[in-house]
This record gives sequence, C-alpha cells and structure tokens, in this order.
Amino acid sequence: MTDILVYALHHEGAINKNSLGAVSEGARLAGELGGACHALVLGARDALPDDLVATLGAYGAERVYRAEGPDGLAQPVVDAMARVMRAGGHGYALFGGGLLGFEIGAGLAARLDAGVCMEVTAVRVEDGALVAERPILQDSQVASVHYRSSVGVIIGRLNAFEASEQAGATAEIEDVEVEFEPHSLQATMVTRGEQRGADVNIEDADILVAGGRGLGKAEGFEQLEALAGALGGAVAATRAVVDAGWYAYAAQIGQTGKTVAPKLYLAAGISGAIQHKVGMQGSENIVAINKDANAPIFEFSDLGIVGDLNKIVPRLTEAVRARRA
Amino acid sequence: MKICVLVKEVPDAAVEKRIDPGTGRLDRSGERNLNPFDTHAIEAAMQLKEGGALSVDEVVAVTMGPETAERALRKAISLGADRSVHLADPALAGSDVNGTGYALAKALEREQPDLVLLGQQSDDGECYTIGAVVADHLRMPSLTQVIKIDVADGGLRCERQAEYGYDTVQVSLPAVISVGDAINEPRYPSLKAIMGAKKKPLDKLSAADAGIEPDRVGFDHARAHCTEFAAPPAKGAGRIIEDEDTAATVEQIVAWLDERKLLA
Repeated sequence: MTDILVYALHHEGAINKNSLGAVSEGARLAGELGGACHALVLGARDALPDDLVATLGAYGAERVYRAEGPDGLAQPVVDAMARVMRAGGHGYALFGGGLLGFEIGAGLAARLDAGVCMEVTAVRVEDGALVAERPILQDSQVASVHYRSSVGVIIGRLNAFEASEQAGATAEIEDVEVEFEPHSLQATMVTRGEQRGADVNIEDADILVAGGRGLGKAEGFEQLEALAGALGGAVAATRAVVDAGWYAYAAQIGQTGKTVAPKLYLAAGISGAIQHKVGMQGSENIVAINKDANAPIFEFSDLGIVGDLNKIVPRLTEAVRARRA
Repeated sequence: MKICVLVKEVPDAAVEKRIDPGTGRLDRSGERNLNPFDTHAIEAAMQLKEGGALSVDEVVAVTMGPETAERALRKAISLGADRSVHLADPALAGSDVNGTGYALAKALEREQPDLVLLGQQSDDGECYTIGAVVADHLRMPSLTQVIKIDVADGGLRCERQAEYGYDTVQVSLPAVISVGDAINEPRYPSLKAIMGAKKKPLDKLSAADAGIEPDRVGFDHARAHCTEFAAPPAKGAGRIIEDEDTAATVEQIVAWLDERKLLA
C-alpha cells in the first residue's frame, strides 16, 4: 500500500488546472498501487476556504492537508510536504509542473533524499512501484526512470496529466501546523501575478496563433492578431521574434518561454526548431503555414500549408469570420 | 562578499547528443563547451560586482565534472570570474540530480558564499532544478528563472515570470538564485582575458576533500535511475497543401478546422 501526496497550487480562488490534472493522475496511480491520493495546499488561511479545498475530492483526493503559510513561494511548501510525508509515510510526491512544481519537487527531493524526475509525460505502475517516463535529448528519446529511494518525486510536464472530475465527491480536510525552516521565510513576496504587456494568458487559451521570423517584421503580427481574434484565440510568438522586439516576452513559446497545449496551434512563419517544438508539441491540432517546404515544422504538423502567409492569413481571417458569423 | 557561480561543461550545441547504449548514460564524447545558460549567471555576477551596490570581493566559478570540465572554468574566468573550483572525482560520475545537487552543495560549503548564481538549465540535462536542490542543502532561500535582480533593502529584489504573471520577490542573503537567459546579454571575453585565464587560481577538489559521503553520489547511488530508452511515439505525417490557388487553399483549411470542431 503506497500513498501519493500531490501539491495543489491555488491563486485567486481557483486551483491550478495542472494541479487538478496531477491530483487525478495521483488518484489513478494510487488506485493501482492500492493506496490513497492525498493533496496538500498551502497559503493564507482566508484564501483556502473549506469549499474550495474540498473540491479536490472531485478530482480524486481522499484527504487534503491544508497548511497556513506564504503564497506563491516554494520553500514553505517543501517544509509542509516533508512534514506530512514523514508522518504519513507517503511513497511518492507528484506535481503538475510549472515553476513552483519544479522548485518544490527539487527541494523536497533534497530534503527527503529522494530520487526526482522532471518533465514527466507519463507514469506507469510496474511491480508495485511507479516508473516515470521522461523525454530526453530534446524529446528525441523517452527514458524510463525507476526510483531507488524510499520516496520518489515526480514532476510532470505542463499539461501532461488530464484532470477528470467526478461531481459530488469531496475530500476530508486536515489542517496541519508547519514549523517553517528559517531559510524558508527569507524570501518574501513583494508583488504577485503582475500582468505586463500581453493581457491574455496564452497557457489557458484553447486556440493560439503563433508567429515567427517568417512574418518578416513586427507589423506582421497585426494580421495574426486579426486571425486570432476571428478564431477566438490568442497570439503567441517564437523566441527569435521576441528577441528581435517584435512581440511581448509574455507570449513566448518554447524551451525558454511557455509550454502550451491548446486545441489548435496555428504556426505562421515558424520553421519549427526543436527549442520551439518542445513548447507546443502537446497541442491537439497543429496547423503550419510556411513558404519553405522543407521547414521542420511540417514533420510534426497535422495540416501543413506551403505558401506565402501574407497571402493566406488575411483571406483565412475573412473566411473564418464569415464561417463563424 | 563572495559570489559563487555554478557552471557546467556540456556538449557543444553543434554536437548531436545521444545516449550510449552500452552505459545508458549521455555520450560525452565530441566537442564540449561552457553551458550557454551559465554565461548569463556569470554576467549577472559581473554586473553585481561592477554595479557597486554590493561590495563584491570575488566571483568564483564552481563546477563538478570530468577533467575536461576545466575548459568550462577557463571560459568562466575569461568572462570575469576571479578564480575557480573544480570538483572532479570518478566516484561522482553518473550522479543524478539529487546526488549532483548534494555534491555541489558540499563544495560550496567550503567557500561560504554570500550568493550562489546559476543558469536556468543545462543545455544537455534539461533539468531546471539543481538550484533548488543546492539551496535546500545549504539552507538558503532560493528562486529560479529570475530575469531581473536589484540590490534593495539589504538583499536582492528579484523578478520572474511565474504561473500567474510576473512575481517580485525580496530575498535576503545568503541565497541561491538561478537566472533566466532573458536577464542579460552576456559579454564576449577579450583576447587578453582569454590569454590571462590560465593564470588565475584553480582549486581541484576530490569527493573526499569536499566531505562528500560516497553512498550519496555516482551512478550506482542515483536515487532516480534511468533504464530503458525508447523512441517517442511517432506522429503520423500530416496532410500537406501546396498553395497554388489561395481561395481553394483557404477553403480547405476552413473545412479541416470545421471537421475538428475548432470553429464552433
């Protein structure tokens, strides 16, 4: 019997969707291991009311440990999870990814002398233990990672785990007192979640229209904004054009930007370099428009159009508007 | 005060990386170079030193790796570090994230730094996490992916992109900060600095010198053990349209989107 503890991130009255996915994945895996899936939340007491916390039950958590502490910082959560796991004997800690998931997972691995695997895209049960699957070498191969420590830490890639909700189920809430390590309180949040530049959160968009060098100039983004508007989506950009100052850093996709997995990813003038691919390859439907028939993006797009985006995009925008009118 | 910058030698960007099927570890033959992400950490250290708001006495480059890693240290020196520390021991080879972070923390303990800087990721391992492991061992506050550092209120005011937008976090020293590559544009080393790099002090440490417990490092003690390697699930080649008649092309795209209920 092995229990799994999942960290659930919250902000402004909602649980992060990657955390919900991790809770559902934790419940599925705990079921196969014959154990239970528990979740842990940490934040200001008034930001974590019973009704919000208990909803984690609908995603598969039997119990939620609720700790009071500073929001948005990793190290206090390491203290809380280490305390709960030592007392409860949990065999695995699971994270849905994201910046805090990486930081907490890594810190927890150090604290508990645990093996840690990050960017995990799938987890399977083998001989009563969890095996994490992790793409390596810029996703050219997938490694299987076995844990040889009493605790294993699994940090998912963003959007790797799907949330599944069973209406009505609720979790029991257990409040835990955590004595924080001195160093965990030496970082303090000054401002959190400040929005700059882009007013759309590209990680939550169902449809993204992304632009790269092939747009030719910053003004090329205007036609992408029009197309994104017609499709009801948001605009994203490659690193090259963000570096060139054509578009906001907040919209950057890829190895050094954000990882997204929308229902539709329409790439215009993007060659599809691996650094970009790792940020968007989880998208459900990938459409690429590029004038170079040999562009790598055509190797992993579902629909590829070899042609001049300046001709195609404006007419596509018109056609989409007409179709949706 | 003292700033330690963690650096790593990685396969050159031009080298195709592969797993050695015999050992199950990264094939480290071929041209090697300083991890490009680390140059941003060195630059951040230099800007703090030159900025004058902190009194920085020295910048020390620290690495763990095989003999060849010395070249990465020389490169770090040419970019401005005053001296370097090379933790090199066959017993450390094949360490996982847990073991590597522990070993680096032991090497850093000897230096007693006021600030540890590192790059956001290594070009080969793609782990993003060493900073948080090192910080937990050193019992220091830690932030990763920092894109702006200001000296303020006796510590550092750091900015980064997090899950919900930009966060600004005040961190007191000593601390471990991993920087994103958007933080600065690293300088190029001068010829003089490259020539002078060989004359700067380089301390070599064995695992025993650093007080590293042998059963916590190396391939055989890796807590996370990579075994099988498989090709990723192949994705079938998609449909390709050559745009000859744009009106017809657009019609086909719209129909394709419609079939997948993306225009609802």
